[in-house]
Amino acid sequence: MAKPMDQITWRELEVGAVVVEVGNAMEYETGSWRSERPVVNREQCIKCGVCWLFCPDVCIVRAPEGHFEANLTYCKGCGICAKECPVGCITMISEEE
Amino acid sequence: MDRFSVFTSRLVEKSENFTSGHRACQGCAEALAVRLVLKALGRDTIVAMATGCMEIISSPLPLTAWKVPWIHNAFENPAAVISGCESGMKALMRKGRVPKKKINFVGMGGDGATADIGMGPLSGALERGHDMVYVCYDNEAYMNTGIQRSSSTPYGASTTTSPAGTVSFGQQTEKKNLTQIAVAHNIPYVATACPSFPFDLLEKVKKAAALPGPAYIHILSVCPTGWRIQTEDAIKFGRLAVDSCIFPLYEVTHGKYNLNYRPYKKIPVEEYLKGQGRFRHLTDEEISHIQTTVDRDYQKILKRCEED
Ligand SMILES: Cc1ncc(C[n+]2csc(CCOP(=O)(O)OP(=O)(O)O)c2C)c(N)n1
Ligand code: SF4
Ligand code: SF4
Ligand code: SF4
Ligand SMILES: [Mg+2]
Repeated sequence: MAKPMDQITWRELEVGAVVVEVGNAMEYETGSWRSERPVVNREQCIKCGVCWLFCPDVCIVRAPEGHFEANLTYCKGCGICAKECPVGCITMISEEE
Repeated sequence: MDRFSVFTSRLVEKSENFTSGHRACQGCAEALAVRLVLKALGRDTIVAMATGCMEIISSPLPLTAWKVPWIHNAFENPAAVISGCESGMKALMRKGRVPKKKINFVGMGGDGATADIGMGPLSGALERGHDMVYVCYDNEAYMNTGIQRSSSTPYGASTTTSPAGTVSFGQQTEKKNLTQIAVAHNIPYVATACPSFPFDLLEKVKKAAALPGPAYIHILSVCPTGWRIQTEDAIKFGRLAVDSCIFPLYEVTHGKYNLNYRPYKKIPVEEYLKGQGRFRHLTDEEISHIQTTVDRDYQKILKRCEED
């Protein structure tokens, strides 16, 4: 776990402020930005992976049952997956509901 | 989707070298472009990136969304820095200090970094013949600092420094054609791409990395925030740009032109312009002027593709 920036002193930084842990941005959970969440109708999903390919936040994952769904820890709720799904089986639902 | 069946997406490389947790706006197709480019390049890649949205959203110290060696450069520097990395590594491999292997050296910048501020260093790196790829993510303005015009902003677009109103219709100048500037360097490979056509983009990045010598890829990267569109429409507007031929997908390999995608039906540019807030103020007259320039430029590309 990387310490939050405001708790890091200059002594703890690597030379050149190099970040040595690859891909540690995963510690920052962008799912809290979301106001709508994509919900997949598993019966209709043809498991094509189009939603996965177009997600700018790399957060569509393949479930063990073969269909694809959003990882809500990171999903920002942009709605691209719902718009691009060729069979229209993703619905955006308001987080307030 | 491309000319492929939708199921082709399952054949795409699964591993990701750009992670979740990056802080791009919702629906940012520039972040999607970075993700796809890294998918095509794989782990044996070194990236030098200019300041701009993609640098800011991916590297707030002490975090990084990158899984490949990556260095943040001053605005003007990515082409110079990556050409230095390439030369340095070549020397280290020759001296046996680093095991010999194929590494992709990739410089990246936004349109501001590439078309305006880093133009000279890019031209130098292309001319010196380094074995490198330069990728320009073109969202058609300086988005990171709040939507200021660049020389890559299209005619008529309203930005904070080319605002549309009673005295002006927005950007007064035509978009600088960076792809053609790269072609003029007579380098082995130049291509245009857009994440709305992911398979085409992946193939081009792979080809650019595989061919020895410098390569340049210009990626139209839809920015919902700066273009003032709905976040879910980011892919759609990339497709409309290509289908209206305002942004044709083509490649130039050793000087030979090839049109990678010919729209079934060339749609009027108005269909691309009308849903975008940055073009909302345009009159019919201005739109028809834009149509004329689109037709003129597309004919030029078609002619070159047919001749070759
Ligand atoms: C020499 C210099 N001038 C200005 C800035 C401020 N600045 C940082 S990012 C940016 C905009 C970048 O625009 P672009 O290259 O198009 O990338 P985008 O953010 O649109 O992806 C500006 C003006 C800077 N960092 N360095
Ligand atoms: S809504 Fe956007 S961020 Fe969420 S899974 Fe769909 S494409 Fe990804
Ligand atoms: S795009 Fe739609 S049909 Fe295809 S995998 Fe995703 S949810 Fe299923
Ligand atoms: S301003 Fe545009 S390019 Fe920058 S992160 Fe937001 S959507 Fe992406
Ligand atoms: Mg830009």
